Amino acid sequence: MTEHRYTGGDIILKALTDQDVDVVFGYPGGVTLPLYDRIYQQNKIRHILVGHEQGGVHAAEGYARSTGRPGIVLATSGPGATNTVTGLVDAMMDSIPLICLTGQVVSNLIGNDAFQEADTTGITRAATKHNYLVRSTDDLARVMHEAFYVATHGRPGPVLIDLPKDIILGEGQYIAPEDVKPRNYNPKIKGEQEKIEAAVDLLASAKKPIIYVGGGVVNAGPEASHMVTQLVRMTGFPCTTTLMALGAFPASDPLFIGMPGMHGTYEANMVMHDCDVMFNIGARFDDRVTGKVDAFSPDSKKVHIDIDPSSLNKNVSVDIGIIGDAASVLEDILAIWDKKQPVIESAALKGWWKQIDEWRGVNCLAYDQGPKIIKPQFALETLKNALAGTDYYVTTDVGQHQMWSAQFLHFDEPNRWMTSGGLGTMGYGVPAALGVQVAHPDSPVVCVTSEGSLMMNIQEMNTISKNGLPVKILNLNNQILGMIRQWQELFHDNHESECDLSGGPDFIKLAEAFGFSALQINHPADVETGIRHMLETPGPVFLNMAVDRNECVFPMIPSGAAHNEIVLGPNHEMKTMDDKANVMA
Amino acid sequence: MNETGTQNETRSHTFSVLVDNETGVLHRVVGLFSGRGYNIDSLTVSEVDPVSGYSKITIVTSGSESVINQIREQLRRLVPVQKVSDLTTDGRSVQRELALVKVNGTGEDRVDAMAIGDKFQAQIVDSTTESFVFEIVGSSDTVDRFISEIMPLGLVDVSRTGIVAIARGAEEM
Ligand SMILES: Cc1ncc(C[n+]2csc(CCOP(=O)(O)OP(=O)(O)O)c2C)c(N)n1
Ligand SMILES: [Mg+2]
Repeated sequence: MTEHRYTGGDIILKALTDQDVDVVFGYPGGVTLPLYDRIYQQNKIRHILVGHEQGGVHAAEGYARSTGRPGIVLATSGPGATNTVTGLVDAMMDSIPLICLTGQVVSNLIGNDAFQEADTTGITRAATKHNYLVRSTDDLARVMHEAFYVATHGRPGPVLIDLPKDIILGEGQYIAPEDVKPRNYNPKIKGEQEKIEAAVDLLASAKKPIIYVGGGVVNAGPEASHMVTQLVRMTGFPCTTTLMALGAFPASDPLFIGMPGMHGTYEANMVMHDCDVMFNIGARFDDRVTGKVDAFSPDSKKVHIDIDPSSLNKNVSVDIGIIGDAASVLEDILAIWDKKQPVIESAALKGWWKQIDEWRGVNCLAYDQGPKIIKPQFALETLKNALAGTDYYVTTDVGQHQMWSAQFLHFDEPNRWMTSGGLGTMGYGVPAALGVQVAHPDSPVVCVTSEGSLMMNIQEMNTISKNGLPVKILNLNNQILGMIRQWQELFHDNHESECDLSGGPDFIKLAEAFGFSALQINHPADVETGIRHMLETPGPVFLNMAVDRNECVFPMIPSGAAHNEIVLGPNHEMKTMDDKANVMA
Repeated sequence: MNETGTQNETRSHTFSVLVDNETGVLHRVVGLFSGRGYNIDSLTVSEVDPVSGYSKITIVTSGSESVINQIREQLRRLVPVQKVSDLTTDGRSVQRELALVKVNGTGEDRVDAMAIGDKFQAQIVDSTTESFVFEIVGSSDTVDRFISEIMPLGLVDVSRTGIVAIARGAEEM
């Protein structure tokens, strides 16, 4: 029997189909034309023609983050490939599984500075979890399947496959995913039982516990979030979730004390600082969370559960480090808890909650919505209320609006909140919303942005409307790089250097030109109507909302400061925690 | 007490890293060191198992205990890395380096150079009427001492391989 030979293009499409891929975000070019010719002749895989390859990667990230399945990008050689780099690093930092296929010049021209040649595997080596240059069409199917395995196992991340044109045109064998022996890459899934038992004992003995949940729990699948929820509710311990994990524990639950870190809540940061047991599941002690490491949670014993062994003891040294998948370890924790039925320190816990409630009483997110200028916090609180009761998805860009979104919007389920956490990539929000809406065509998808970020991938508004996707964009237009202005106000003598965006484009006209229904709101009294109108109008809608340019995001732990140096906003008598005694009095 | 302890003192460590012999693998390892600001004091690489396509990279680096732990775990994260052992902590090891040392000279100096060569059991692998090339194998320390002793006698060029190392005893990697 002679084995069947397929063209490289068909092998790629067959491999994608066998990996249950239904959509690819791409942009064609010279060397990928043969693949596009195969795409033209099939209808199993949907191709979304984006406006820019960076947008394509963020769209794939939005797709991946909201579904838990890898997102797929297709770009051409040279400039197509280099345009993906920011998105790849973004996905790397936030542990998002992606497969990025790039075209490459024909094999025998590699190294000759051929037209549109770039050393893509060289450039992206540090931007990907792994990358491949395919050398023979016979090897293509194996590489494709291995790439999916690598992207989705262990700590997820982006994997790039560079495809010389002759590989796409050539013929080779196809092998199915189940016939590919995954290479010797076997991340540890199951945690060490002894350590898990010790962690359970420690948690049960806590008098001032905190359960600190990170993006690893979201990556471990919705079951992991549900197990965290079970653990928190069963113990009655307070829970905080990082920026990457909003929704892993329901924000509406009274045991939720908000997000920790630079712009986290007062109560979450105080709890992190004063706790006696910190139980970290899938968070990485990011510097935006820890602040000054030497002063971070000085009196606590720390448990850290992470699938990436290099995360343990990287930023903060811990007492019990458990390497394993969050879902697997949580399952073990619940089973051990069930078996041991430990008695928790109820009396101490009651005192702890009393203390937490006092901190909550500070009402650290308070803002003053006067009659004239719209406060961005008010806009977001209104959005939260308007979305309540629906299964909504939110993406953001990067800046003040992102932090206010994290503070004011509520998520009760994982995979509903998409933001660029690790890299902080302006220009993420609009394309990410595109990817989310493609994955969830019937759900409300809102992108919260501000005019600076919006301009960085605004071309994807066209992709959204052209594909009839009903994405809603809320532009909190403060006419300024707000987060830059905030730092200049606080740390650079209020020198507003190069952050003014006033006199920018007419966003209403721009949105209409891109095929959106557009709406302008300028007065606090119109905020609710405006937001409801945005959500209720079918198709893509753009709401341009003029908001206060001078507002700052509070609370704030200045970069490199300790948690108890948290600064509260002007609506609070006290400015720092040194005054906390006065407040508590 | 925390798992890592709090020692900050910098120590030299030798890592033996077994990798799939594929394009870019050395770049990946070296890029990891430069990208994360780790030191490379010595690096050698060669294929060791043509059948399974494995190469071995021997890296001598230095850092505090927590940096060394990071280096080990970061190396393990690389997909083509099959095995990482820290020969400094995992038991005793043999470490060797080879150097080719060219000495130009005539008369007395030549005789003295040969005597030093004998003392260090260095082989003469090339000679002309006015030059020798010595091959010396030993610990880096021995190679250093040989070079410094022979230096005044007309040393003109040195090539060193960098360190290769292996665990002592029956243990396989
Ligand atoms: C690509 C990129 N360039 C620069 C920055 C630095 N940066 C962080 S926040 C910010 C301002 C963002 O302004 P805008 O999008 O208008 O949001 P706002 O803070 O006003 O809500 C800038 C420039 C960044 N995060 N990403
Ligand atoms: Mg702005």
